[in-house]
Amino acid sequence: MLQLPEIYAENLHRWLPELLYYSLTTLKIAAVSFFIAVVVGLLFALLRLSHNRLIRGFAVGFIEVARGLPIVVVLYIVYFVPPQLFPGLNWSWFTDFTGAVVGLGLHGAAILAEVFRSGIEALHKGQREAAISLGMTPAQSMAYIILPQATRIILPPVANYAIGLLKDTSLCSLIGVNELMNDAKSIAFADYQPMAVFVLVAVIYFAMSFPLSMAVRYMEGRLAVSR
Amino acid sequence: MGQMDPLLRIVDLHKRFGELEVLAGVSLDVKRGEKVSIIGPSGSGKTTLLRCINYLEKPTGGHIYIDGTLIGEKQVGGKFVHLSDRELAKERREIGFVFQRFNLFPHLTALGNVTIAPIKVLGLSREEAEARGRQMLEKVGLGHKVNEYPERLSGGQQQRVAIARVLAMQPKLMLFDEATSALDPELIGEVLRVMRQLADEGRTMVIVTHEIQFSGEVSDRVVFMDHGKIVEQGPPKSVLFNPQQPRTREFLKHLQER
Repeated sequence: MLQLPEIYAENLHRWLPELLYYSLTTLKIAAVSFFIAVVVGLLFALLRLSHNRLIRGFAVGFIEVARGLPIVVVLYIVYFVPPQLFPGLNWSWFTDFTGAVVGLGLHGAAILAEVFRSGIEALHKGQREAAISLGMTPAQSMAYIILPQATRIILPPVANYAIGLLKDTSLCSLIGVNELMNDAKSIAFADYQPMAVFVLVAVIYFAMSFPLSMAVRYMEGRLAVSR
Repeated sequence: MGQMDPLLRIVDLHKRFGELEVLAGVSLDVKRGEKVSIIGPSGSGKTTLLRCINYLEKPTGGHIYIDGTLIGEKQVGGKFVHLSDRELAKERREIGFVFQRFNLFPHLTALGNVTIAPIKVLGLSREEAEARGRQMLEKVGLGHKVNEYPERLSGGQQQRVAIARVLAMQPKLMLFDEATSALDPELIGEVLRVMRQLADEGRTMVIVTHEIQFSGEVSDRVVFMDHGKIVEQGPPKSVLFNPQQPRTREFLKHLQER
C-alpha cells in the first residue's frame, strides 16, 4: 500500500503530462458549459419573471424538469436522443464534447435561473418602482438598477455552482468525452495502478477547484463588509 | 390646453384589490403651481390615489390627465386600454414621485442616484447631468455628500437625495408619498424644510402626509379622504380649523389626542 512514492517515481513522468493535457479538456468543458448556463439561465430567469402566464409556465417547466434529473441522465438524453429522433440529419458535428457542454449547460441553466430569479426578487420592489417612476423602461430598470444589485447577491452562489460544475465534468467520461477522468480510467486500468492514478487525479481536481473556493470565500467576505 | 386648464385632472378614479375597493370614485383637479395636501386615516386610499397618478398602480376605473393629455391609457376603437410600463416611461418622466422609504439605489453614490435617469432617460451627457445633479444636491443641502453611498447617509439625508433625484428630471408635477413617515422625529424637519422651499418656488405638488401642521402651512388646499372617497376639501384654514364634515372633525380630534 505504501509503495506510492516508488510507483510515482517510476510513472509520474508518463502520467502527469497526459493527465494535465486532459485537464485542459476538463477546464474547457467547464468554461463552455458555464457560459451556456449563465446565458441560458439568465434568459430563463427573465422568462420566469414574465407577466405572461404561458411564457412563465414554459420557463417553470424547463427549470423543474432540468433540475429534477440527475446530470448523467441529462447528458445521456442530450447526447444520444437527438440523433435517434432525427436519424436523417447529419450529426457528425455533434461530438461528445458538444453533447457534454450542452447537457451540463442546460442543467446548469436551470440551477442558475433560480439563483438569478431569487437574486432579482430579493431586491425590494421599491427599486423597480423608483426606476420606472423616473421614466425608465422596464428594460432600463433591469439593466441599470436591478441587475447590478442582483449581481452582488448572486455572485457567491454562482461561484459555488462553478466549483460544482468543474467536478461534474467528470461525469462526461460516461458519454465518452476524453477529459481528465476518462483518461485517468484508461491509464489506471492499462497500467493496473488504480490507487496511484486516482489519488493523482484527486490532487489535480483539488488543485483546480481549491482556488475557486478561495475566491468565493474572499468574495463573500468582501460583500459582507460592503453591504 | 390653456394656462387655465388644470395641470392634473383626476376623473372618477376607482381602484379595487380583489374584493376591496380602495378608491371609490375620486375626482380632483390640481392647478399649475398649486400645492395640495391629502390627509386621512390609514387605509383611506390616499397613498393608492397618489400611486395611481403615475400608474405605479393601475386604476380599475376612471382617468388621469396631465396638461390635458390622457395618462396611462390610450383609446383603441373608442375603448380605453392601459399602456405597458414601456409605453408609460415617457409619461412618467414628467411626474416626480418621492417614496416613503426613499428607495435610493444603494449601488450608486448620491450623485449617481441623481444623474442616472437624466443620463439614461433624458439622454443628457454625463457632464451636463453631473452639473445639474450637483446643483440639485446643493439645493437640498447635500452638496458635501455627492460621493457618499446611501448606506452612509441618515434617513433624512437619503430622503433629500431622493428629492434631488426627482428634481433633476425637472418634472411638471411632484408627488410626495408620506415622505417623512419613515424618519426619526429629529430628521423630519430637514425634509420638510426642503419641501417648503420647493413649495415656495411655485412647483405643483401633491403631498400625502400625516404632518397636519405642515400641510396647513404649505398647502393651498387640503383634501381629507376616508374610505376611498374625498370627504372634504378646501383651504387649510377651513378644512383643518373649521371642518364641516363630522368624519373630518373626528379624524383631526383623534390626531390631537395622540
